Amino acid sequence: MPVSCSAKCGNNAVLKRPKTGDALCKECFFWAFETEVHSTIQGGQLFKQGDVVAVAASGGKDSTVLAYVLKLLDERYNYGLKLVLLSIDEGITGYRDDSLETVKQNRDDYEMPLTILSYKELYGWTMDEIVEQIGRKNNCTFCGVFRRQALDRGAALLSVDKVATGHNADDIAETVLMNVLRGDIARLRRCTAIATESEGSIPRVKPLKYTYEKEIVMYAYFKKLVYFSTECVFAPNAYRGYARTFLKDLEKIRPSVIMDIIHSGERLSVRDNVRMPTRITCTRCGLVASQAICKACTLLEGLNRGLPRLGIGKESKTNRMRAQLQSAEAASDSAKRSAGDEF
Amino acid sequence: MTGKDGLNLLIEFSGGAELLFNKIKKHNVSLPKSEIPWTIEKLLVWIKDNLLAEKPEMFIQDDSVRPGILVLVNDSDWELLGQLEYELQNNDNVMFISTLHGG
Ligand SMILES: [Zn+2]
Ligand SMILES: [Zn+2]
Repeated sequence: MPVSCSAKCGNNAVLKRPKTGDALCKECFFWAFETEVHSTIQGGQLFKQGDVVAVAASGGKDSTVLAYVLKLLDERYNYGLKLVLLSIDEGITGYRDDSLETVKQNRDDYEMPLTILSYKELYGWTMDEIVEQIGRKNNCTFCGVFRRQALDRGAALLSVDKVATGHNADDIAETVLMNVLRGDIARLRRCTAIATESEGSIPRVKPLKYTYEKEIVMYAYFKKLVYFSTECVFAPNAYRGYARTFLKDLEKIRPSVIMDIIHSGERLSVRDNVRMPTRITCTRCGLVASQAICKACTLLEGLNRGLPRLGIGKESKTNRMRAQLQSAEAASDSAKRSAGDEF
Repeated sequence: MTGKDGLNLLIEFSGGAELLFNKIKKHNVSLPKSEIPWTIEKLLVWIKDNLLAEKPEMFIQDDSVRPGILVLVNDSDWELLGQLEYELQNNDNVMFISTLHGG
């Protein structure tokens, strides 16, 4: 027995919406999906007329749907945006090669200019080379830290006004959960923000913040959008994996859990006397950081000095390692000097 | 042809779910005759025994699909069709889409 569309349009429903439980037909679903993203954009005042917006494009489902729907909404509601695609090539053989092909397809399908920046260009190292140095234990730390900054560096290079990322409701709920588990109060506050703006960096916006992953996949499927899906060839982020599985299990029992967790994160208030890390700019690269030398620059320093463990773990440990390094260097310098004195 | 005579189905995997099936997305299958009607629940067991190439726990969990894998029958969400209890018809197209794979 076919179920009829909750919008009473006379068509048969094709999906049950996780957020509302409504059964919708294809056309009513498209309309509801797009309208919700539009109201997220309007409500959060994510864009201004004339903004140049870089869509962070990975070739995956979220960024593919984001690029498609932003183009559609820009035309439907006259946002007056100039949309471009920005992709980061981590340099992982057999992983990005295929997904970059998908991004190129997006470029052609949506007629948006595409820029691909590689870790090699930005940092001097590909992920393959990094893994060769450090093994497969902490590679996700490097990849994640570098990727976050790569978008800032790329956005600055393209001189865009905003970067739009494809983070969906499930991603954000997952991040809230992880920050709770880690007790990271600063990130917990930041991660639910629909737009992040800090001095010296280009604002990031998340138009799909309230969009369920299921709907993104269904939208892509019914619209026949081509995207690329794979697991990273290196060890998947195990911790995030557990958080994700936990959430999906909960979602099965109670679909609203995703929204509930996001709201919990948003409603959280932190007492004034709680010390928060101050956001400053990195003395090396000038990008936003929470310490004098940002995480990316520290990791890079470790790689370049052949000490890849520098920057892994707590800040205090990094500082200790760096201090030891400096005193060792000073000692060898003075040893060289005194050795020179003898001649 | 009814469930009693066996069924021909098109089974598809995408969104990364195909990685568990030797990267093959489309499978034309014939299910054998059965006294009990073929439901999705029963199909899952059959898939596990006949198609699944690796890591069954990434596909099946507690006798259902792992949460995060979407199921569509003839392009309709199985949540509208009774999920595991849906009785398969000859020439049904059953699609499994993973939402769990990144990109
Ligand atoms: Zn309808
Ligand atoms: Zn830096």
